[in-house]
Amino acid sequence: MKLRGARILCESLVREGVEVIFGLPGGAVLPLYDVLPEYPQLRHILVRHEQGAAHAADGYARATGKVGVCMATSGPGATNLVTGIAAAHLDSSPVVAITGQVARPFIGRDAFQEVDITGITLPITKHNYLVMDAAHLATIVKEAFYIARTGRPGPVLIDIPRDVLVDEATFHYPDRVDIPGYKPVTAGHPEQIKKASKLIDEALRPLIIAGRGVILSKAFAELKELAEKAQIPVVTTLLGISCFPESHVLSFGMVGMHGMAYANLAVNHADLLIALGIRFDDRATGKVSGFAPQAKIIHVDIDPAEIGKNVRVDVPIVGDLKQVLQDLNGQIQVRYHLEWLRQLEEWRHHHPATALRHSDNLIPQFVIRKIYEATAGNAIIVTGVGQHQMWAAQHFWYDKPNSFIASGGLGAMGFELPAAMGVKVGCPEEVVWCVAGDGGFQMTMQELATLMQADIPVKIAIINNGYLGMVRQWQELFYHRRYVGTWLPNPDFVRIAEAYGLPGLRVTDKALVPSAIAQAMAHQGPFLIDFVVEPEENVYPMVPPGANLFEVIEEPRRDVELTIGPRETSNL
Amino acid sequence: MTMHTLVAIVEDHPGVLARVASLFRRRGFNIQSLAVGPTEMPGLSRMTIVVDGATVAVEQVRKQLAKIMEVIKVSDISRQRLVAKELALIKVRTTPTTRGEIIRAADVSGARIVDAAGDSITMEITEDSEKIDSLITLLRGFGIKEVARTGRVAMTRGAEAVLQAGAETGPARGRRRGPPAVPETYKERS
Repeated sequence: MKLRGARILCESLVREGVEVIFGLPGGAVLPLYDVLPEYPQLRHILVRHEQGAAHAADGYARATGKVGVCMATSGPGATNLVTGIAAAHLDSSPVVAITGQVARPFIGRDAFQEVDITGITLPITKHNYLVMDAAHLATIVKEAFYIARTGRPGPVLIDIPRDVLVDEATFHYPDRVDIPGYKPVTAGHPEQIKKASKLIDEALRPLIIAGRGVILSKAFAELKELAEKAQIPVVTTLLGISCFPESHVLSFGMVGMHGMAYANLAVNHADLLIALGIRFDDRATGKVSGFAPQAKIIHVDIDPAEIGKNVRVDVPIVGDLKQVLQDLNGQIQVRYHLEWLRQLEEWRHHHPATALRHSDNLIPQFVIRKIYEATAGNAIIVTGVGQHQMWAAQHFWYDKPNSFIASGGLGAMGFELPAAMGVKVGCPEEVVWCVAGDGGFQMTMQELATLMQADIPVKIAIINNGYLGMVRQWQELFYHRRYVGTWLPNPDFVRIAEAYGLPGLRVTDKALVPSAIAQAMAHQGPFLIDFVVEPEENVYPMVPPGANLFEVIEEPRRDVELTIGPRETSNL
Repeated sequence: MTMHTLVAIVEDHPGVLARVASLFRRRGFNIQSLAVGPTEMPGLSRMTIVVDGATVAVEQVRKQLAKIMEVIKVSDISRQRLVAKELALIKVRTTPTTRGEIIRAADVSGARIVDAAGDSITMEITEDSEKIDSLITLLRGFGIKEVARTGRVAMTRGAEAVLQAGAETGPARGRRRGPPAVPETYKERS
């Protein structure tokens, strides 16, 4: 069967089970858009900026575990995807980005809307392709999806010159791929698993530190079994949040720069650290030389290059977490670490991290707590980066697997709204709350139009403190309160919402928070709430940059009247 | 020994060199020398990469290289017995009085005269880096006009070949022959 390149691409996407494409057309991809209506299985959602398309595809991928697809034209269309591709790369998200390119005879001649997007995205993709022959297209699509979703997932870009979309070639969709240089290991080495299980059996103060790898490999049940069988407390990285139920008796919250003090103390005192699907990011480890000084480290990861990259490891295991943990759980002994757990409980009692200080004013933590209460935790929370992200990580109890989605590694402001859009498209049955910063929201708020056009009922909570809050916090703490370039005299977000056609509310009074949230939830479509909060509220606890995890700064205010959160009441 | 010799067998596609170079730049790995050429197998190229182990975590380089899709196999062959050679072309200024001495120097070092003109001689030497360095030092006094050197190419002694050797198998080939070798324990603290 001979088909044009554009149809070959669509046929291939259909065969990969693609349901939705986030994209924005342009000259170089016109032949593709021209045939899209013939493939109603491929729902095209028109974004208002290509960055939104990439973040949306990323959000879709994170929420569903399926490959997210975004599409853009050549030149500026392709470069606008870059931030979103980088975000997906750093957080190991399976995304396929399809870009148009100028026709083959024009490549290399600085033609109109020509950029070398495969060159630009070389360091931020798992792999990328420039398709120089329509006959290669089907194989390349097959490979791209395979590479994106297997092993350590990541973004793959396919750059297609305009004339390749027009050329005819015989269409045959391959049923298997053959990439001699790519054979991800999934089973852990039996010798290493034996060594790890011996260390776990012998440990007196073991601690599991779990990351996004657990979510990616859907090893929720296996992690729970490991923790329960050997009674090992669990802490998570930021992106590991929701890989282990946070109301579980063995859950001790998040580690790192804004992690719970007790979680960081646990890392500091553990004699065995079982690191599952984490990459020892500096925001999680603090000063690397002082990280887990008393612990032997078992590191399980599917990417061999992560082993020993940042932190020394005693027992490395390369493999898929689900499979490795199944093997490991079969070998370890039942253990109790009452002494150790009691110690952790005591630290938690003395260093509550999610307690709300009393304030007559509206504080951001209170907003997050109320969203938690209104949804009973049964929602997916999507955030960008900054203070709002940390409060959302700290003050919501994530018991539902894979219910916290945020830009971690890249830390991209503006991720929240388009990513939430992708999450909601992927999981239409779920309640999706986009918790946005007032700064980040303005980076991608044009996607409100997409929400309306494509009818995507995301609920938006802007944590509006009138500052680029996290940067302001650093200026307060480390730059003598010189606030430079961080003050945001904001527009009227409610009127912006209304201009786009969705209802909005402004909340400045604590007492009105629950009713506003209830109103948003009761509304059928997208809804925006502008929570105008205490402008100079800081995120605590905080480990100063470059410090050891135990050198944590806690809420300094003396006038606090703490309401201990349900997560921090004693369980023993 | 701090200099490490890595051999990568890669698919011969456009852009593979750019991927390797981009990786080295991005991760801050400094390349001492790089030589690329075809192999005995059509469609596959061989890269010989020399890095300084004192400035670079060699195992990390090897694993990052192995992640590139077109890289089929990477081995650090430094700890094995090697044949390692470089080629240099050296053009030296000559005068009627120095000409004989320069030719003798070339002879002693195993270099070959490949071109001679009225006031210069060009010689070719294929040797390890140290021998080439000493020839260049020796000739400097006469006035070197031009030096062109290749990167090192290397091969292990004995019957083993990179694509058959089992010990340093990257993730690429290991799965085909049962479980991979037990990885090393990593002691380095950064």
